[in-house]
This record gives sequence, C-alpha cells and structure tokens, in this order.
Amino acid sequence: MKPSRTAEIGRTQRFRKTNLCVLPISALFLLLGTISSHAARIGDLTETSITDQAFRFFTFSDPSLRLALFGCILLGLNCGLLGGFVVVRRMSLVGDTLSHAVLPGIALGFLWNMNKDPVAILIGATLVGGLSMLTVSAITRTTRLKEDAAMGLVLSSFYAVGICLIGMIQRLPSGNKSGIDKFLFGQAAAMNGSDITLMAITAGLTLLFVTFGYRGLLTLSFHRAFGESLGLPMGFLHHAMMLLISFAVVTAMQAVGVVLVSAMLIIPPATACLLTDRMHRVLILSAVIGIATAAFGAFLSFLGSNLPTGPFMVLAGSFVFTMAFLFSPQQGWLTRLWRQRTQKSRIERENTLKAMYHLAERRDFREEGITLLDFAEVRREPLEQIRLQSDDLLRQKLATLTDDGSMLHFTPEGWRKACAVVRNHRLWELYLTNIMQYGTDHVHDDAEKIEHVLGEDTVRQLERRLNFPQTDPHGKPIPGAREVHGQSIPRPAETTGY
Amino acid sequence: MIPALELHDLTVSYAKKPVLYGVDVQVPQGALVGIIGPNGAGKSTMIRAIMGLTPASSGWVQIFGETFEKSRHRVGYVPQREQVDWDFPVNVMDVVLMGRYGRRGWLRRVTKEDKKIAEESLDKVGMLPFRNRQIANLSGGQQQRVFLARALAQQSDFYLMDEPFAGVDATTERAIVTLLQDLQSQGKTILVVHHDLTTAKEYFDHLLLLNMRLVAFGKTADVFTVEQLQKTYGGRLTILSDVAAKASQAEELT
Repeated sequence: MKPSRTAEIGRTQRFRKTNLCVLPISALFLLLGTISSHAARIGDLTETSITDQAFRFFTFSDPSLRLALFGCILLGLNCGLLGGFVVVRRMSLVGDTLSHAVLPGIALGFLWNMNKDPVAILIGATLVGGLSMLTVSAITRTTRLKEDAAMGLVLSSFYAVGICLIGMIQRLPSGNKSGIDKFLFGQAAAMNGSDITLMAITAGLTLLFVTFGYRGLLTLSFHRAFGESLGLPMGFLHHAMMLLISFAVVTAMQAVGVVLVSAMLIIPPATACLLTDRMHRVLILSAVIGIATAAFGAFLSFLGSNLPTGPFMVLAGSFVFTMAFLFSPQQGWLTRLWRQRTQKSRIERENTLKAMYHLAERRDFREEGITLLDFAEVRREPLEQIRLQSDDLLRQKLATLTDDGSMLHFTPEGWRKACAVVRNHRLWELYLTNIMQYGTDHVHDDAEKIEHVLGEDTVRQLERRLNFPQTDPHGKPIPGAREVHGQSIPRPAETTGY
Repeated sequence: MIPALELHDLTVSYAKKPVLYGVDVQVPQGALVGIIGPNGAGKSTMIRAIMGLTPASSGWVQIFGETFEKSRHRVGYVPQREQVDWDFPVNVMDVVLMGRYGRRGWLRRVTKEDKKIAEESLDKVGMLPFRNRQIANLSGGQQQRVFLARALAQQSDFYLMDEPFAGVDATTERAIVTLLQDLQSQGKTILVVHHDLTTAKEYFDHLLLLNMRLVAFGKTADVFTVEQLQKTYGGRLTILSDVAAKASQAEELT
C-alpha cells in the first residue's frame, strides 16, 4: 500500500505543476524561472540555469533529447497534415473523441505482455478507436440522438474505462514503474527508439497518403457526393484517413498526453485557416506550425526540467493561434482595427483638402495659397486644430507651408486629390438628382460619405451615364479629368473661365 | 438509336420506406428534359439513384445502353448548391478542376490541357474573370455557375442537374438557359430538376412529371396539360405510401 501512496503524492504534485502551466502566456517565462530554481533545490539536475539548459537544447548534445525532439517534429508534421483535413471537414470533435476513446486500448495493449510495447499499444488503441467510431455511428443511426451527443457520450465513457484500467495497472507490481501514466499528460522524454521508429513510419505513411491522394482527399473534403459520382474511391480514402488519424493520435499520445493530443490536430490547421485560403497552403502551413509548436513545447518543457510536454505544446500552439487571430492579414482583429483607423484618417485628410479647394474656389482660384487664419475661420475650428490638420497634409506631402507658417499651398499631388474628392462629391450629387430623382437638398449628406469610396471605374461609369457633365445640381463646376490627372496647379488665367 | 437513359422499374427507399416507385422511362439522346413535381416527389432522389449515390432497392439503370459504372465518364453532375461548405479553402479554379479528376484519376497530376479545359468551361458560364476568386466571396448565382462550369469540364454527353435554377439571379438564369440550349445543339442529353412551372414549358423540350411515381414523360407540348399537371400536383399518393410502409414493416416481422 505504501509505495502506491507515495506514487499518488508524486502525481498530485505533478498535477499542481500542470495546473501552473495553464497560466496565461505572459507568465510563462516567469514561471519557468521559478520552477527551475525549485528544481535546483531538489537537486535532480546538475545543470540548472535556464541558459545552460537552453545551451544543452540547442547543441543537441543530449542523445535522449535529440530523440525526443525528433519525435516532436514527426508528431507535429503528422498531426498538422491530417488535422488540416480534420478541421476543414468539420470533424474536430471526431479527433477529440478518438483521442480520448483510445485510452482503454492503450491500457489493453499494455496488459497484453505487461510492458510498453509500442506495436501492441498501437494495435490495441486502433481497435478500440475503431470500436468507438462504430458505437457513435450505431447510436446516431438507430436513435434520434445527433452526432455530437453520441460523440460526447462515447468520448467520456471510453475515457472513464481507460482511466480505470490505467489505475489498475499502476497498482500491479510491474505496472508501477511502467510509465503508463505518461500517456495522460505527455512526456516527450519518455519516448524510446522503437516509439520513434513507429512514429516515423506513420508520419511517412501520412506524408505519402496526403501527397499522392491530395486531389482525392480535396474532393472528399469539399464534396463527397461529387467525388462518388466521378467514381473516386471516397469510402476508401475516408477510412484510410480515419485509420491514419488514429495512428497519429496514438503515436503522439506519449509526447502530448491523451487529454491534449486532439489540440495538435486542431490548433495548427485552425491557425493556418486564418492565414490562407487555399487547401494546399493550409496543409503546408499547418504542418510547419505543428512542427514548430511541438518543438517549442519540447524546448519549454526541457527548460522546466522535464515538466509534462503536452501542456507546453498546446500553450505554444494557442500562442501562435492568438497571434494569427490578432494579426492575420485578412481576418486579424487588430489588422481590421488598424485598417479602419487608417481609413478614418484618410477620410479626414480628404475632407481637409476639400475644404481648401472650396476656399480657393470661392476666390476663383485667384490666390496662390490659403492662410491658416482664413481657413480656420471658414471651417469654424480653432487654429490649433487647423495646424494639426495642415501638419498631417505636410507629412503626406499633399501641401506645403510657407516658412513663416501662415500660408498653405497645394502640392501637385494634393491638388489632384482635392479635385478628385470634389469631383466625386459633385458627380454623385448629380447622379442622385438627375438619375435617381432625389431633391437637390437631399443629396449632400449622402455624397459626403460616397465621395471617399468611389473608385475610378465607377467615376468613369457615372460620367458616361451623366454624359460628361460640367456642373453639379447646385451649379458649381465639376473638376474634370484635366485637373484630376493633370500635373499643373491651375493659374488664375486658366481657371477663371471654368 | 440507343436511349441516353433507360430506367426500368426503378424503386428507391429511405429507411425501408419507398420514395420512388417502379419508374420506367426511356430518354432519347439529345433531349433537354425538365423533371417536374411537388416537394418530396423524389426528383433529387431519382437523379442520385441514376448515379448510384442512393442505392436502388429494385430495378436497373442504363446509360447509353450500359450500366452507370461503365458509362460514368460520359455523365456530368451539377448537384444542389447547398450540398457544400462555401467557406472551404479553395478558389473557383480548384473547384472546376475537380471536374477533371474523373477522367485523369485522382492519382494523376493536373495537366495544362486540364487547366485549359477548365478555363474554357468557366468562360462559357461567364465566370472566367473570377477564376482566382475564393469561393466564399461569390454570390449564389455565381456559385451555381461554378458548379455548371465544373460539370462542363467533365466533357460529358449526358448531364444531370439538380435544381440549377434554385435561388439564382436573373443574369445567372439567362446564362444557364443559353448554356442548356448550347449543350443541346451539340447533341448532349440533359436532365434538369426544376421547380418553376411557369418557365418549365419554355425552357425544356421534354418534361418528366414525377410524384413518387412517374406521371408522364414526353414532348412538352404533349405532356404539359392541365390534366397531367393536376395528376402530378394533386396531393400525395397517401394510400400507396401508407400501404408500402406497412408492407415493409410486415416484411421485417416475418
């Protein structure tokens, strides 16, 4: 009874450490510092400082570390590639179910000859995994329950059976030091040569399968019925893929742990889906992210003197996902926020240019520049505000300021932009009044918004539709192509006739 | 001439309950056929059963005088648009190229010729400018035209289309009609599931009236009559359906 109790205490300590690992990412490195100093006190390692550990890691001097790292790379590749299909086929819950449900199979594989024989474990796990999937489909086919309920049911019941079996094995005299508990949270260092060989074989199979079967798998994932109508072997491809997924899950389990292994199937491809929108790129990116997060997780766990690997891999993965979520070029949250901000400042700038144009127009373009004082008066804004706006124009090289800082001049580019905005505004007003039959007093506010978003193509269409108009509904001239595309700032002589 | 499609006593059941009873029909080559019938008449089921996607419980299907397995490469398929996830990470060209996998086999690489054929198919439905567009950014009508282009890329002699006109804009509807006529003038045979009675008469030269049972098949002028349409749309064949369900239950018991 006594040894098992000490083992239990050891486990609770590990539990506590694991719980610590699930702290926010910002605390990660801080955490590592405390843990390694803690390890120094226990004295179970000769080299204890983080830099020493990092040095050991990157020189790959430690053979068992080399092995573990290689295993992590293989598992990242394997799970990343298959996960790509899992995610786009909306089978994430299937991956999760499979990874939990194989646990009894692992225990049975162990009981077969009472040691950690990877092949026996793989066979046991695959059989039980297949049984779990059959149970799910039997439940959905014969009852009114939907697939998610069936999977939740199977997942938890199989997992419970697995936990019981593993608990039993640990009470056996020979099972105590077996390392079967490593399957729960994952320990890359627990992998031995034959584990790695098996991993390499399954990863190689996956790579071949995905490379040669890509078109078939793409059709299967996008549109199975169409693939069937073409006579492609959809059933074979589906089942082969499920088999490879269960292989990937089982071989990865020692490094990541049963609870978190499905994260390696889901997080890398989910991240890849945020970054690209073509399937082959999703797969490549997902494999790369899978390898990187697995290796990084191994590194962090190594720094923390062999803490469970799984949580660190998943943390590294979620960190990459968070980055993609925030900064992805198309869908990133911060990217969109940034785009909105730049658009807002562009609109403000264009409004300033327009106001300058109006002021110049009011004086029949006779004066060369606009004094800031006049400008402030017209816009009914304090001078400081006007200075801020003019500073912005100067930065964008749309206007120049005289040396004494009193007068604002358009640059050619600024003049062009001002003309374009005014033209857009007046064209749109004309379109609304002439074609859409709006009253002339109803169109200004709408044009205030539209002027900033009209593209050149739309402008061409509008001009043609309105038969190249010269004046807007209020009788003001519409700047033509000459102003918008010409380089010169019109001198009074040129513009008075307009 | 061998009929393009021959169905002999085709019966299809879902969960032991028949949805299509003993359909016998011979579609001549070069016909443009509209399949008309109320909801639940088994129109889509018939299309799927012809291709073996839904197994038939009895009867047989022949296409150009051979089984579907043997003449599969001569059959093009336009499924309902809702069947796929339009957020899937592929672009228009990827989808259309899938139409070529049947000919090349899924192990072979896509050739330049495949790409050319895919582009021509896209051009025929007016979607060539969208070939690099992510499919999530297409309108419903454009999605439908992508599916049509994919079927065109199959270069088949016999086309099965499941509700291609459902929920599309006027431009797409016109484009599809032109395409159908174009295909027919090339001697292709086309079966189209259609739900709009007002346009059926004008779009198709043959009609197949279906309500779980074949009501009528023939030239539009002969079949499109008040009497036949009443027979097709005059409610479900409740007695037939109930008896069939009871019969199948009885079979289970014995």
